[in-house]
Amino acid sequence: MSEFTVVRGKVWFRALSDRSSSMPGDPKSVLTADAPLGQDQARFLCVVPDPHARFPCARHGEVGLEEGYGLASRVREVIELDKNKTKRPIVAIVDVKSQAYGRREETAAIFLAAAAAADAYGSARLAGHPVITLVVGQALSGAFLTHGYQANRILAFDDDGVMIHAMHKEAAARITLRSVAELEKLAKEIVPLSYDIRDFAKLGLLHKLLHVDNPENPSQEDIRNVKDELISAIEDARISPVDLSNRLESKGALETRKASLLVRSTLAAQWVERQAS
Amino acid sequence: MEQFEFTYPAKRRVNKRAHIGVVGSGDLEVLLEPVAGDLAHVVIRTSVNGFNDTWKAVLDRFFTKYDGVVRIQINDAGGTPGIVQLRLEQAVEASEQ
Amino acid sequence: MSDERYSPDFINRQSFIELDARERATALLDVGTARELVGPFDRVESPWLAIQGVTPQSDDGCVVMKGKIGGQAAVVVALEGAFQGGSMGEVSGEKMTAALDLACADNEKGVPTSAVILLETGGVRLQEANLGLAAIAELMASILTLRKHAPVICLTAGTVGCFGGMALAAGLASYVVMTREARLGMNGPEVIEQENGVEEFDSSDRALIWAIHGGEQRYATGLADALVEDDTQQVAEAIRRLTLQGVPPVHRSSQVELYRNRIEALDTSAQWDPKEFRSLWVKGDSKEKTQ
Repeated sequence: MSEFTVVRGKVWFRALSDRSSSMPGDPKSVLTADAPLGQDQARFLCVVPDPHARFPCARHGEVGLEEGYGLASRVREVIELDKNKTKRPIVAIVDVKSQAYGRREETAAIFLAAAAAADAYGSARLAGHPVITLVVGQALSGAFLTHGYQANRILAFDDDGVMIHAMHKEAAARITLRSVAELEKLAKEIVPLSYDIRDFAKLGLLHKLLHVDNPENPSQEDIRNVKDELISAIEDARISPVDLSNRLESKGALETRKASLLVRSTLAAQWVERQAS
Repeated sequence: MEQFEFTYPAKRRVNKRAHIGVVGSGDLEVLLEPVAGDLAHVVIRTSVNGFNDTWKAVLDRFFTKYDGVVRIQINDAGGTPGIVQLRLEQAVEASEQ
Repeated sequence: MSDERYSPDFINRQSFIELDARERATALLDVGTARELVGPFDRVESPWLAIQGVTPQSDDGCVVMKGKIGGQAAVVVALEGAFQGGSMGEVSGEKMTAALDLACADNEKGVPTSAVILLETGGVRLQEANLGLAAIAELMASILTLRKHAPVICLTAGTVGCFGGMALAAGLASYVVMTREARLGMNGPEVIEQENGVEEFDSSDRALIWAIHGGEQRYATGLADALVEDDTQQVAEAIRRLTLQGVPPVHRSSQVELYRNRIEALDTSAQWDPKEFRSLWVKGDSKEKTQ
């Protein structure tokens, strides 16, 4: 049915950290590890499927209540630990198809769990931690807002198994009353609609597209190259502002987000009430 | 999407610009601005195709009673002639307050 | 009792829900202080809609109004729920984010400036997909920066409610204000029924919808800070009160241990009755470490 396998997260978490489990007390779906990355000890985080998760609607890799608070907790831990020290990099490895869709989730305010994770990542960035997101598979919708989209720098594999989007194809087609084929055709003509990661890259939100020979089973060389790119992104983040202004200053933004830039400049010009002269 | 333009003779100076409405389903927004000259110029963008004649009829009727020298822009998402008439009248009223 | 129905208060009551975005934003600012920025006549529209056969709106469904609340500088940004379901596009998203950034800059220059965001929205505008999603992420980042200086208040009054990615923005707010009619949640009932079946969520069950997402339930479970009548004066008063209250000592979204413990204490073996949930929700609080 789908070419997306939801194993890449686990594969790359192990490849980059040499670990493959959650920390004590955490849900099995949230993998966290501290491991060397260049000159730093970096904290790696990843959300993976846990078929025995307590919440029935979060057993296939969805980002749900436990995942949101689990991520938030482990990111905040790092903010606290590094309060008076060098801010270690935080690397979000992302392969998430969706948020969890469930009545329990809505009742227990999954929107807040998601916000808590985003708050933690964003607060870490504002505190000076280089937050780097590596999209190795899917990064969709609320799941990506929760885990990854608050990063200083976003890297993604240049690969058909990588997709960043607001809604998966089947649902988007259904809601807009089109066939998937029609949707794909339209998406090819209108850049922000595209499901192709190379088109996403044109929006200027990605730091870099990475070529990897074998994303599902990376070689030592693949892993080394990705680590080098992460280190480079970390260095770049460290000498840049802690906000997300880089997203609108990129070459891609200058070309595809002209309206955003017009909004910013017009609003700034009108913000100050001009006194009658 | 269709776009139409209509022009009508006009003579009265209008004081104020006005904005009315929301481009909701079955509704429209009207932006009315005073201009120089002696014509009223109307530009319509609509997501419901095939109603050129209806738009002309509604506007012809509207301009038998309205003589403001204005540029009117209409952004429409399927308003009925009745709703179009209403929004135009609301815009005129707002421009004359 | 019957006299109540004809009291002056009832007759003079003005529905806030019946107001459009522009009227709502104006109503929240001190009389005479409201000034719209990047308004309809600036015609900063979506570049993505006409090509897809959707008529653009001159303000892209987002109204930015600067003024004062309780005498203090404030910016109100209101999404128009009647235009494309209040969804976040490139322009509407950027208007909100840029407004918050400008407010933040004013704070840094020594001018306390708060923000109120009126969220009637289903989340990302699908016709702009990735730019809508990116806009929400950037808005969230700007909320995090501004809320350190001044309160960012989220108001959801209905009828659209606040759903999708924008519910995360509400989650980051300093304060959340809702009416009974309003709803707040990440995923609406239709989406849940679509993804996990009618057993999981019967989207035709209106009572259930409000029992889970509605303002009264959110307020009762501590997820909204104020529950207001659909009365413009009362809404404005609540916004004023919370604005003057200032930045909370800890934001809700930063109270991770508290909420994590609450989730951990829940029995997930069956669905919860929403009313019963109100007490189940706080059962785990005894384990809470001192903040």
